Amino acid sequence: MTTLDLTPAPGAAPLPRMVLAQAGAEIKSTLRNGEQLLLTLIIPVLLLVGFSTTSLVNIGRGSRVAFIAPGVIALAVMSTAFTGQAIATGFERRYGVLKRLGASPLSRSGLMLAKTLAVIAVEVVQVVVIGAVALALGWRPAGSPLAALVLILLGTAAFSGLGLLMAGTLRAEATLAGANLVYLVLLGCGGVIFPLTAFPAAVEPVLRLLPISALTGGLRSVLTDGAALPLGAVAILAAWAAVSLALASRTFRWE
Amino acid sequence: MESPAVEIIDLVKRYGRTTAIDGLTLAAGRGAVTAILGPNGAGKTSTIEICEGFRRPDGGTVRVLGLPPTRPELRARVGVMLQAGGVPPAARCGEWLRLMSRFHARPLDPAALLERLGMTEHARTPYRRLSGGQQQRVSLAAAVIGRPELVFLDEPTAGLDPQARHACWDLVADLRTAGVSVVLTTHHMDEAERLSDHVVIIDHGGVVAEGTPSALTGAERQLRFRARPGLSLDELLAALPSGSTAKESPSGHYIVEGQVGPELLATVTTWCAAEGVTAADLSIERRTLEDVFLELTGRELR
Repeated sequence: MTTLDLTPAPGAAPLPRMVLAQAGAEIKSTLRNGEQLLLTLIIPVLLLVGFSTTSLVNIGRGSRVAFIAPGVIALAVMSTAFTGQAIATGFERRYGVLKRLGASPLSRSGLMLAKTLAVIAVEVVQVVVIGAVALALGWRPAGSPLAALVLILLGTAAFSGLGLLMAGTLRAEATLAGANLVYLVLLGCGGVIFPLTAFPAAVEPVLRLLPISALTGGLRSVLTDGAALPLGAVAILAAWAAVSLALASRTFRWE
Repeated sequence: MESPAVEIIDLVKRYGRTTAIDGLTLAAGRGAVTAILGPNGAGKTSTIEICEGFRRPDGGTVRVLGLPPTRPELRARVGVMLQAGGVPPAARCGEWLRLMSRFHARPLDPAALLERLGMTEHARTPYRRLSGGQQQRVSLAAAVIGRPELVFLDEPTAGLDPQARHACWDLVADLRTAGVSVVLTTHHMDEAERLSDHVVIIDHGGVVAEGTPSALTGAERQLRFRARPGLSLDELLAALPSGSTAKESPSGHYIVEGQVGPELLATVTTWCAAEGVTAADLSIERRTLEDVFLELTGRELR
């Protein structure tokens, strides 16, 4: 039998090492989970290919892929930062994982930082895959990549706030059902595939205030039309991020 | 003077109108194994979770290694095993332990720890596919991997098969030898008697008795036997040496306590013969913590 030196030698690891270890574990668990992969990569790529190569939806004039690709990137951000994160965190809470991590040297802010890094890392994978498929389909993005990055980061903050708000207050099953439902509704009503102009004039201005619409519209105006950073979209996303993160941090229950 | 591993004074915890802990006071010494023993609902988990910093007390003082339990620096110095859960169901247990080890400056080697607990072949098994006993061992391993000074184990052997229970007991004994303070909750008498230096019996949120297992059970031994219920014990008591007691508890089970020796045995068997009864399952035993608990609280532990 191996002899173990159980003599006390306590001490926390340096914060960056703890955060990177936790982020790595979260990335691994996302990429290993079949449902998560379906949500974060397979569905967006299928939508991209399906709606770019067929004329199922009337997008008006212009390249189909140029319209669809920014919408699918926005959808990918929502699927990871909101749906995936809400469900994973909801179940971590339910299974006592958040509680147990609360007793480890990794602080709560360290845990949140790790979750954010993991979300961003998965988004990088998504953007690379979706971008590659879109390029192969003839997409030629215009505009400033930096402006697109700002929009994606703000969208990530807004969707993370909403996801953590659900995960920290609802039962895990309710979060699972709710996060999927919200995903479907926002996929349908957020201009991802179906242009907002297709909706009745009374509803359209309201839909434009949704975070997904702001992200989709903003990415489209930058990447398709080559516009400068759209301040309207930035303001909407920043407002969602501020409100949802503030509410989440006040209401989050760790058990 | 060094502060105790855990010091609790007049602790009060309420959940709504229910008072779960009502003026509880106890101390757990450094380098010792302290068992908090009590039936379900006695307040064991509430007490330990306040010490772990998960719950806030409504009154009283709690010090863990001399510090308030929510102090961040304690998280590196204290190991925690929750009563249930705490591990992602899909996580492979070897990976989970490696992750937990990376949170610490001088951790144990996860592979060596798994081997020590007989879990090497399950290192790549997802947590949810493990048996209850194997899951408990993973949680136990995670509690000690950071080489803590103090370990809290909340019902570490609940639902374990005998083999897994012994693996847990062995590790607790080794922790004690290495100078680690251990505080555990249990409702298994044998566990408390066997493992601990100090037993604290709690019920209804307060301490009923505490001491070393042998101090609590006393040096007294007892003679037990079964016979027809409802025998009159008057003549037996008259025949026994003074200071002895005899009682029927429960019905049909007789317990004689005192200077248990050949003489007392002879007295009892003579009395049985006179009464015309045959004593069955006659045995001489040490008093157990179970007996102590029953005496103190009037209820069974489980």
